[in-house]
Amino acid sequence: MSTVAAAPHPAAPHRTARAGLPRAARDLATMTRRSLLRMVRYPSLTVLIVLMPVVLLLLFVYVFGGAFGAGVAAGTAPGAAGRAAYLDYIAPAVLVMTASSIAQATAIGVAMDMTGGIVTRLRTTPVAPVAVLGGSVVGAVLQTLVAAAAVLGVAVLLGFRPGAGGAGWLGLAGFFTLFAVVLTWLAVAMGVAARSVESASNTPMVLLLLPFLGSGFVPVDTMPTAVRLFAEHQPFTPVIETVRGLLGGTPLDATTTWTAVGWCVALTVLGWAWTRRSYRRPRPS
Amino acid sequence: MPTSATPAIEIAGLTKRYGAQTVLDGVDLTVPAGTVTALLGPNGAGKTTVVSILSTLLPADAGTARVLGHDVARAPQAVRHLIGVTGQLSAVDPLLTVAENLRLVADLFHLPRSEGRARTAELVERFGLGDAARKQGQQLSGGMRRKLDLAMTLVPGPQVVFLDEPTTGLDPRARRDLWEQVRGLVAGGTSVLLTTQYLDEADQLADAVAVLHGGRLVAHDTPAGLKAAHDAGSLDDVFLALTAPTQDRTQEEVAR
Repeated sequence: MSTVAAAPHPAAPHRTARAGLPRAARDLATMTRRSLLRMVRYPSLTVLIVLMPVVLLLLFVYVFGGAFGAGVAAGTAPGAAGRAAYLDYIAPAVLVMTASSIAQATAIGVAMDMTGGIVTRLRTTPVAPVAVLGGSVVGAVLQTLVAAAAVLGVAVLLGFRPGAGGAGWLGLAGFFTLFAVVLTWLAVAMGVAARSVESASNTPMVLLLLPFLGSGFVPVDTMPTAVRLFAEHQPFTPVIETVRGLLGGTPLDATTTWTAVGWCVALTVLGWAWTRRSYRRPRPS
Repeated sequence: MPTSATPAIEIAGLTKRYGAQTVLDGVDLTVPAGTVTALLGPNGAGKTTVVSILSTLLPADAGTARVLGHDVARAPQAVRHLIGVTGQLSAVDPLLTVAENLRLVADLFHLPRSEGRARTAELVERFGLGDAARKQGQQLSGGMRRKLDLAMTLVPGPQVVFLDEPTTGLDPRARRDLWEQVRGLVAGGTSVLLTTQYLDEADQLADAVAVLHGGRLVAHDTPAGLKAAHDAGSLDDVFLALTAPTQDRTQEEVAR
């Protein structure tokens, strides 16, 4: 460090000796604790973002379900049978939407942190950006898993019966965690890159819209060619299909699953790189 | 008072533009170690820009800036190890308590647990935050929050502290409390660059006063020296004379 014979000060200077992973891991733990404390202190936000997918689920099952059911399961009569078939069809999509909904809240929270004084202070310290923002990522992923379990519970109350076995649940937990990490890093990147809190709340709308432009709520083969081609090749479709397969206990299509995992890894790297690039960007103070 | 040949802050030819607007136009300024320099200037004179460049938040377009000999552009991490910044935005987490906010900084700076505890306890005591230790940031008064903000800045023991308008919006008592803290800090050997709108604040705290106007340093002297040079009774008069919109700045330039 410095060889300057600086003025004496009672406090010790910043520790620089321990470098590398343990240091980053410790910072990550510190920032995760902050993130979890904030969720506990401000629970209404968590409740609000869990409520969003639940309302969506109720709306789609009880308003559209009776009619849409016939479209997703051939030979299903409209009405109660249609509703049950439609609940089965959209439960995976609603789980995915839960992650999207939390991603939006994460982007807003990160943007508020970035424009406020806290991150400005941390940017003047040697603490690594990955630790500053990684805390929000870990917190949001845990929040996503808890919220998804709650939403799944509501779906079961409505009559949804998952067909997954032990391995299926394990696979689902693992895959969904990976997916939550992807969406959260993208959300963090959107929050860091946003010029204002307003734009940080708008950009993640795309994450809420994409499940509709995929196989989430209706089969893609009912869509016009241009929309169908987009739907088949956007990341949410293989993700939803993989969740659907794991949750339903039906055999997974290997190509679809690996495509989903590939998208997840690629988009995580993108989100992380985008975050790093934007973090040190000068911003008006 | 300087205890070292290396100045705390050394700025040469510092220039910053935002689009067509030149905010800093070749600023030179040296702050000797262990002293307080107050940076004065009208709103928009570039005081915060100077602090942002020195604290590695903003790149300069030209010129150099060094903190204890480290170039802020070439060795930002080295600079970040030495500085503490209390800006105009509150850096206090509103949802964490006073104790949690202080502990957060201690943890992020990897103070050993016992030392971190001792350090935060000392700061809580020094800043009179004991009764509020369990209150959340959002429950504190403006003065208390500013004190906590400064206490958080001091947790790692920075050698150079930047205070960007630290007492703006505070009541007279809270301002005086904060001045006391700054005096204590400097008595302990810390170097301070202070920006302020309050000229009595500069008069009270600063060893040297630098006046920014139109992107240039138009004066740099001791408070007494400035008053004598301008035959003025208060720094207010000096400030008004130096930053008058129509004056020819170069005539007023005071060499140090």
